[in-house]
Amino acid sequence: MDASIRLRVDGQWRTLDVDTRTTLLDALRERLGVTSPKKGCDHGQCGSCTVLLDGRRAVTCLALAVAHDGAEIVTAEGLADGEDLHPVQRAFLEQDGLQCGYCTPGQVCSAVGMLEEVKAGWPSQVTEDLAGPPELDDEEIRERMSGNLCRCGAYPNIVAAIRQGAR
Amino acid sequence: MTETIRARAMGRPLERLDGRDKVVGQAPYAYEQQVTDPLYLHPVQAVIARGRINAIDTADAESLPGVVTVLTHLNAPRLTGDGDGDDRELWVLQSDEVHFRGQFIGVVVAETSEIARHAADLVRVEYERWPHDVELSADRDDLYAPDKVNAGHDTDTDVGDVAAALADAPVVVDHTYRTPMEYNNPMEPHATVAVWDAGGLTMYDSTQGVHVVRQRLAPLFGLDPGHVRVVAPHVGGGFGSKGAPHAHNVLAGLAAQVTGGRPVKLAVTRQQMFSVVGHRTPTIQRIGLGAETDGRLTALVHEVVEHTSRIVEYAEQTAVVSRMMYAAPNRRTRHRLAALDVPVPFWMRAPGEAPGAFALEVAMDELAVACGLDPVELRIRNEPDVDPESGRPFSGRRMSECLREGARRFGWESRDPTPAARLRDGWLEGTGVAASVYPRIMQTGNRAWVRYGPDGRYEVGIGAVDIGTGTWTALTQIAADALEVPVEEVRLRIGDTDLPEAAVAGGSGGLSAWGSAVVGAARAFREKFGRHPSAGDEATGTAPESPAAEDFSMYSFGAQFAHVRVHADTGEIRVPRMLGVFTVGRVVNPRTARSQFVGAMTMGLSMALHEEAVLDPRFGHVVNHDLATYHIATHADVQDVDAIWLDEEDPRSNPMGIRGIGEIGIVGAAAAVANAVHHATGVRVRDLPITPDKLFH
Ligand code: FES
Ligand code: FES
Repeated sequence: MDASIRLRVDGQWRTLDVDTRTTLLDALRERLGVTSPKKGCDHGQCGSCTVLLDGRRAVTCLALAVAHDGAEIVTAEGLADGEDLHPVQRAFLEQDGLQCGYCTPGQVCSAVGMLEEVKAGWPSQVTEDLAGPPELDDEEIRERMSGNLCRCGAYPNIVAAIRQGAR
Repeated sequence: MTETIRARAMGRPLERLDGRDKVVGQAPYAYEQQVTDPLYLHPVQAVIARGRINAIDTADAESLPGVVTVLTHLNAPRLTGDGDGDDRELWVLQSDEVHFRGQFIGVVVAETSEIARHAADLVRVEYERWPHDVELSADRDDLYAPDKVNAGHDTDTDVGDVAAALADAPVVVDHTYRTPMEYNNPMEPHATVAVWDAGGLTMYDSTQGVHVVRQRLAPLFGLDPGHVRVVAPHVGGGFGSKGAPHAHNVLAGLAAQVTGGRPVKLAVTRQQMFSVVGHRTPTIQRIGLGAETDGRLTALVHEVVEHTSRIVEYAEQTAVVSRMMYAAPNRRTRHRLAALDVPVPFWMRAPGEAPGAFALEVAMDELAVACGLDPVELRIRNEPDVDPESGRPFSGRRMSECLREGARRFGWESRDPTPAARLRDGWLEGTGVAASVYPRIMQTGNRAWVRYGPDGRYEVGIGAVDIGTGTWTALTQIAADALEVPVEEVRLRIGDTDLPEAAVAGGSGGLSAWGSAVVGAARAFREKFGRHPSAGDEATGTAPESPAAEDFSMYSFGAQFAHVRVHADTGEIRVPRMLGVFTVGRVVNPRTARSQFVGAMTMGLSMALHEEAVLDPRFGHVVNHDLATYHIATHADVQDVDAIWLDEEDPRSNPMGIRGIGEIGIVGAAAAVANAVHHATGVRVRDLPITPDKLFH
């Protein structure tokens, strides 16, 4: 069964027909040609497909497109303003927070979403003081980013990039 | 010795030239290449480990709207050749036989991926089941010695009399070490987009070598290599598994022949990757060390039992590390294989060295304990003057320096060797060391061209690939130095068989092979056109000879240090710090090189603590065939991992003075962690991964 939906992707409204089984990830990549989010597992286990979905980080392989009619999606491509990179992206480049680059757009979106969560005061598993605002030390970054796998092992540089990008 | 090029761009920490495209996600990987009106493929896999297909019913699948066709062994186009040797892995849909569970036995071609996947489930198969066997053990009676092991090494070696030496040795360490079946799991799953038209076959492929894909596939499809084009501008990791085409490439090539020219897209799923793109064999390794009381080795035995698939022999060279690492007058290495009904094993980062060094370097730690010696000192004491088995001098061997420099930086001097003696806040602390090594591998047959463009830039072309190793950047730096121009004046072109022949990105030898060819091309260009060429001038060149290579034993070396904390009650293991010190020849780009070292050490950490594929002997499949259950290290597991290197160049190796860096970081890393766990807890774990249950007995 097909359904017609509208998505606002990186600032642009797009209308498309999707199979009701189509994931948001496949809708973006295969129907709209938006390939910035990557498919690493298709099972919500790697984070490569992370975007900002209605302002929050989400894995698009676990979302059905038809359930997100009218959604606002920002991919890593949309985080950059033309030639101007988002500070987190700039920091990834400077800190060499990538090797093959396949997990990278997901890491970037996840980092941007995560920084907002910290700003909003959300605690994590390793937050000691639940009363005050969480302090973004490396342990917090690592804990909060652990849904994003990187087989190239760029983790230390990614953490350094997020620290830099958060400033 | 070859004449080296002067380093101006080389040695500079240039940012990745492909980095901008990658942080926004615009760099196109294989499956993202835009093609017109594609069809989608979904493979059908065997659910038995051995047997024959009696009947295969595709009617329901084919009647599903949107399904174009279903190919099986009954109707698939025929491949050319006899399907022998290594081609048996690629002999897809050519017979009714099943050799391992998960083997491709059909493929659905459909308008969308959802339809293709649904239809694949509707294919009904009746099998004749034959008994299968996937269980490796050291006491099987069918173990055999292969003719050679991977990379052309001898299967066995013998020097002196190890039995006598072990019997006489005042100190003996003799144990069995095990490493499990492991999977490369690059983040980008293997994928290919194939177009078959009047011009032949075009494949956008996730591969470590465009030319190797062409070489292997062209004859199978009965095509002249000139009619097969393989394109791979960006590749999302490989770590060996993408070093050769696998069954999915053939499946896509077969399907592309029946679609009237429409492109077909095939993304191997993460789960399918556990059956069809290779894995590291499990290993059972005996290490026997005989030594004087001062730690000097008198005997070194390394005997390995591992598996291969019944259809294709792949013999991991696990014991070769013990042939050159330490001096000992009596030595023996053995490789024995069990041919099982398992998927075809293949390269995984540092094949041979990675599992082999785990066993050897843990055994050396045990010897240090047995002799009451510091493990750094023990290794230095056993440094050979020349390659112990070949007798050749080393082109450079600064392992002792790596060990000493690492010890200094890591704060090793203050270490109390007593195990299980540091309990702080419920955590047992320990530190460990291990040595690293990786051979310098020079692949031949590379060519490159240099063209002078109308824009005043030099275009440099070679069919190399960047799998995350930094090729786009480092090879540009080499080209700039070879041409003696700034990097801004070089425009590199890679990742396409339309470019000159290039070796696979493997054996830590990609940059050596490609860079040498680029130097050859630059020299040919300058000879012909001088320093002031005109637009359109072009020259092709090959790698200059390295005559010294014959006379020397060439390896990179390193030392790895790890600090671990083990929870005294739960056995949870944390690794607050790892440090690697390496000597690898010249480092072309310190920024990308450091990332590669750290990344490989991280994979070693992952090997030490997490990675283990579990084969179910009843069904012959890997039970934990996804990233939720086959664990790899994630952010929270990786804390302070750092790598440094000694300043050097190796002019005997090639005109850049480099030896290669991609794999050495994983070698010894797991042993350093294991040795640290022993220091922390007093428990010696000899089988990976070191999970908490193994600490309590
Ligand atoms: S592809 Fe979505 S989490 Fe892996
Ligand atoms: S950069 Fe390759 S997986 Fe993260």
